[in-house]
Amino acid sequence: MIRFAAIRMVEIGAMLILMSFVIYGLIGLMPGDPIDLMRSTDPRTSAADVARLKAVYGLDRPLVARYFAWAGAALAGDLGYSRLFSEPVLATVLPRLVNSLLLMGTSFMLAFSLALALGIAAARRPSSWLDATVNFLAFAGISIPSFWLALLLILLFAVELGWLPASGISTAGGGGIGDRLRHLVLPVATLTLANLGPYTRFVRAAMRDALAQDHIRTARAKGASEIRVVVHHALRSALIPLVTILALSCGGLVSGALVTETMFSYPGMGKLIFDAVMGNDYNLALATLLLATAVTMGANLAADLAYAWLDPRVSYR
Amino acid sequence: MKLPLVLLCAIAAASLAAPLVAAVLGIDAQSVDLFDRVAGPSLQHLLGTDELGRDVLLRLLEGGRVSLMIGSAAALAAAAAGTMIGLAAGYLGGWTDRALMRMTDGVIALPLLPLLIVLAALDLSKLGLPRDFVQSEQISLFRIVVLATLVAWTTAARLVRGATLVTRSQDFIRAARSLGASVPHILVRHVLPNVTGPLIVATALSVGDIILLESVLSFLGLGIQPPMASWGSMLTNAQELIASAPLLAIYPGAMIFLTVISCNLLADALHKRLDPRLAGRS
Repeated sequence: MIRFAAIRMVEIGAMLILMSFVIYGLIGLMPGDPIDLMRSTDPRTSAADVARLKAVYGLDRPLVARYFAWAGAALAGDLGYSRLFSEPVLATVLPRLVNSLLLMGTSFMLAFSLALALGIAAARRPSSWLDATVNFLAFAGISIPSFWLALLLILLFAVELGWLPASGISTAGGGGIGDRLRHLVLPVATLTLANLGPYTRFVRAAMRDALAQDHIRTARAKGASEIRVVVHHALRSALIPLVTILALSCGGLVSGALVTETMFSYPGMGKLIFDAVMGNDYNLALATLLLATAVTMGANLAADLAYAWLDPRVSYR
Repeated sequence: MKLPLVLLCAIAAASLAAPLVAAVLGIDAQSVDLFDRVAGPSLQHLLGTDELGRDVLLRLLEGGRVSLMIGSAAALAAAAAGTMIGLAAGYLGGWTDRALMRMTDGVIALPLLPLLIVLAALDLSKLGLPRDFVQSEQISLFRIVVLATLVAWTTAARLVRGATLVTRSQDFIRAARSLGASVPHILVRHVLPNVTGPLIVATALSVGDIILLESVLSFLGLGIQPPMASWGSMLTNAQELIASAPLLAIYPGAMIFLTVISCNLLADALHKRLDPRLAGRS
């Protein structure tokens, strides 16, 4: 188990190094380049200036040499300067990371508790009207585009009713904790509803398999109460696949709300990645994309380990 | 099974009939009328017009054609690529299998949307593709199909590999081999038929996913480029007018929703029909 984890960690490290090179190469293929950007602000820049600037920034060197220069600096803790925000990349990323974790964490927990309730209720009575309704709603949740859901919520609660703000993180020029919370409601609702569909289906399927096992019949025959059967006997074995899913979805904690954050102008990591890529902010795009990659890979590892840990039948050499 | 199939056929038929509707109305999805912007429904424009005075119904139909085309093309391409990779990994085994499966796991473990946004924003002329091709109108269609294929092949690859591994060691395969059957013959005639059911289900599911992906990218301005219509990009424009013309934001999203849920319900029904173990379960 520890050996397996260690091997996977090494693999993830290798994969991250590979991805950092791939992403570095891809960023170089985006429209425009830094010198063009400088040129557009000063039309008097001559061809000689361009050549000189390229030499100063090392842009006349081959891709691999530039990559190693960047990687060396990054390993030493220097991720460069953000062009869009005019501050060091790290200082830009940290507050937004906190915002994203707050947003994702809240909606993640809400969605999972709701899915647990709905999924268990549906799995206890297969083929009942309740089961059919929950199943259909889950399909609806999977099929609805999250940005459209966000638009509908904005339309209803911000435009028609005027109850909640449609964008941002707080009202300009103040507002206390209540104001912050009001700004969280619509993005959290969007993400919760968007995640509820798949989670409910997972819970329903896992609980249904668990409740069909022989040991459940034994527990019932021995006169265990319904609550004890469902929670103690069925939920325990259903938790194995569910914890795996839960660990996997932690991979979305950083970049999973990209669309929702962009819709609500919520200053989180997803919106930051999008803005950095679209705004030719190379240093920022590189750092944020790599962070998102590292987090999803870590979540995948966590899912594998959780599975091996919880299910004694699974062994990793 | 029936309702989603009927709905999907209706959407496909209506989308394909778009040129006919356009001919009857005497306008097309691209014709701009700045004197008739954001208008309500009328006989000329059954669902009204958008912010440039273009007919909303016609644009919805054209968006449907684009979405269904991308969804089916990319799903088929992904199924084909995944099948090849799965067959190669499962049948050849050894280091080929290990390398291919590592690659599959690697793709699954990536944050797909952020990376797709980078890929969708790439300047293709920097890759050395011919300028005419990069600037042609079809490039955005082509690009999305390629991107969707890049992410969607993993399911098929895993399914086919699993089935190949199980089948490879069975007696009838050994019998076929001893009769002198070639490897391609064994793979196509004996291995693939064992996995067609799950493969069809996975492909139907991926159509819905790909349509969602296309709509997200188009919504973010990285997918289908104007003047071509797409449900996603129609929503981008509608977002700015949401207070004055809310219906513009309702129609395209409802179309995406109906199309995707039909694909998913159809895939679910197929899954139950094709998997004998699930027969009789709801």
